[in-house]
Amino acid sequence: MSDISKDLQDQPKFQDEIGSKDQDHHTFELEKPNTLKKIQNFLHGNPTMVPVIILFVSVAVFGLVAGGKFFSAFNLSLIIQQVTIVGILAAAQTLIILTAGIDLSVAAIMVLASVFMGKLSVQMGLPTSFAIMVGMASGAICGYINGWLVTKFRLPPFIVTLGTWNVFFALVIFFSGSQSIRSRDIEANAPLLHFFGKSVKVYGAQFTYGSFLMILIFIVLWFVLNKTAWGRHVYAVGDDKDAAELSGIRTDRMLLSVYTVAGLILALGAWVSIGRVGSVSPTSFYEGNLDSITAVVIGGTSLFGGRGSIVGALFGALIVGVFSSGLSIAGLDVLWQRFALGCLIIMAVGLDQWIRRISN
Amino acid sequence: MQPVLQAKAINKRYGKVVALDNADLELYKDEVLGVIGDNGAGKSTLIKALCGAVQPDSGEILLDGNKVTFGSPIEARKTGIETVYQNLALSPALTIADNMFLGREIHKKGFMGKFLRFLDQSGMQELARTKLSELGLLTIQNINQQVETLSGGQRQGVAVARAAAFGTKVIIMDEPTAALGVKESRRVLELIGEVKSRGIPIILISHNMPHVFEVSDRIHIHRLGKRLCVINPKDNSMSDAVAYMTGAKEPPSS
Repeated sequence: MSDISKDLQDQPKFQDEIGSKDQDHHTFELEKPNTLKKIQNFLHGNPTMVPVIILFVSVAVFGLVAGGKFFSAFNLSLIIQQVTIVGILAAAQTLIILTAGIDLSVAAIMVLASVFMGKLSVQMGLPTSFAIMVGMASGAICGYINGWLVTKFRLPPFIVTLGTWNVFFALVIFFSGSQSIRSRDIEANAPLLHFFGKSVKVYGAQFTYGSFLMILIFIVLWFVLNKTAWGRHVYAVGDDKDAAELSGIRTDRMLLSVYTVAGLILALGAWVSIGRVGSVSPTSFYEGNLDSITAVVIGGTSLFGGRGSIVGALFGALIVGVFSSGLSIAGLDVLWQRFALGCLIIMAVGLDQWIRRISN
Repeated sequence: MQPVLQAKAINKRYGKVVALDNADLELYKDEVLGVIGDNGAGKSTLIKALCGAVQPDSGEILLDGNKVTFGSPIEARKTGIETVYQNLALSPALTIADNMFLGREIHKKGFMGKFLRFLDQSGMQELARTKLSELGLLTIQNINQQVETLSGGQRQGVAVARAAAFGTKVIIMDEPTAALGVKESRRVLELIGEVKSRGIPIILISHNMPHVFEVSDRIHIHRLGKRLCVINPKDNSMSDAVAYMTGAKEPPSS
């Protein structure tokens, strides 16, 4: 007999011992969690708590520093008005980021839809409702194109949307002829486009219809993401695409629908933006892409997908709004607003990494 | 006796590499069939063909005597063949209940479910809890716990429970103990016994000889792309099995 077969005979015996029943020495005393660990556990279970805490702390701090001016009902409602557009962009962005993607073209899609709405109704004299419908369709189509490129050609979403951002922006310039449509002309020819700019006053606070729509979008998305199979699948695809596929989710179809829905939300945002700004300007919201990502990240949604909540994006947008309002009322230069925001982004991502480390 | 699941003369090539060379396999009612083989023997390709992840070039698969073809794992699943993958195919950030029903959620009754597509979350949680406790897995206290907070063995438990909850014909388990500690492996082996006692036959692929010998009723030895022999673990030692598997010894003629 050769040595090999002797080895073979020894080996199973060795394995036999490892697997035998009475070897129970692999029991561990459960580590007693310390306070830091408890906080980590709590935040892991409640990811939205981070932005909520930051929001309340920053409101309190700015209330103390900037005084009653900051805390007035008017100022607080103004913050909500100011974050309406970024909030809607962030809602769409959250959907994409939850699937482990990213969309750099959100603002371009929105502006393109608003150009269509304004161009068709004001300049071409078509019925406003028809123009709005075309605008909505253009948003959905742009989203679909992003999703199609991502799923069909297996391209990274970052690259796809970096490309389509430029393409859509070029189309904005082409269709608008780099001309703004003036507020006065919209009011005269298509007042429906200003619908979301209307507002109601409650005790000195002023809320636009657009803000209500933004809140409504967040509520609907919360229900969809948490209470429907589609929503659960958004998380599953972002968490582990292969596992989702093996669980029977048609992941490509799923992604395509997510990008299309995001496009539709952006088109709604386009309508709201016309009301908010008053005019349709091809160069507006140029920083909207990055602002939306900022809001989503500060809101505690992980850029790696599968983790986070839609409400977080709303809080993220509000935090940004509170920071800019508070810092400017406190008399600080705009540059310090950017400085503070930059620090906040890095802190938010650092915190996300720390919370995720729980599973190891 | 008619096999529950049968593979007949399955061939599969990857370029010039022959992964399966007229491979056969039979799984009967009320049994655990261990499948062992050296690395590269083609056992995982065979299993992938059975669970729909790989489409064989030729040969046929029979389920209860009827010919079936699977274009994807989802199609295999629809016929009642559930697979516990080595990487488990769970979504770590979702809860236990979410994971168990991933891809086959239950909707609410009436308007809320039919038109708004709302999920019957309490119903699914209840079912998940029942399934887990049936398998003696309710050491997992909270059904809404995220899977990533579970230990390796508990995750395996969730994956097995998911398969057991929906597998009506066959459950295939790919290396279920590979990533586990001694105690957790023990738990999974007990689980295999539980599932078997519920009348669902199991195909167990593993490199761990003691585990295979402990729970299998018959052991299918795969070598060079085909079935070399099927042995009874009671009549053969592990060293015999390893010798057959590696070609160091001729298999018993049958």
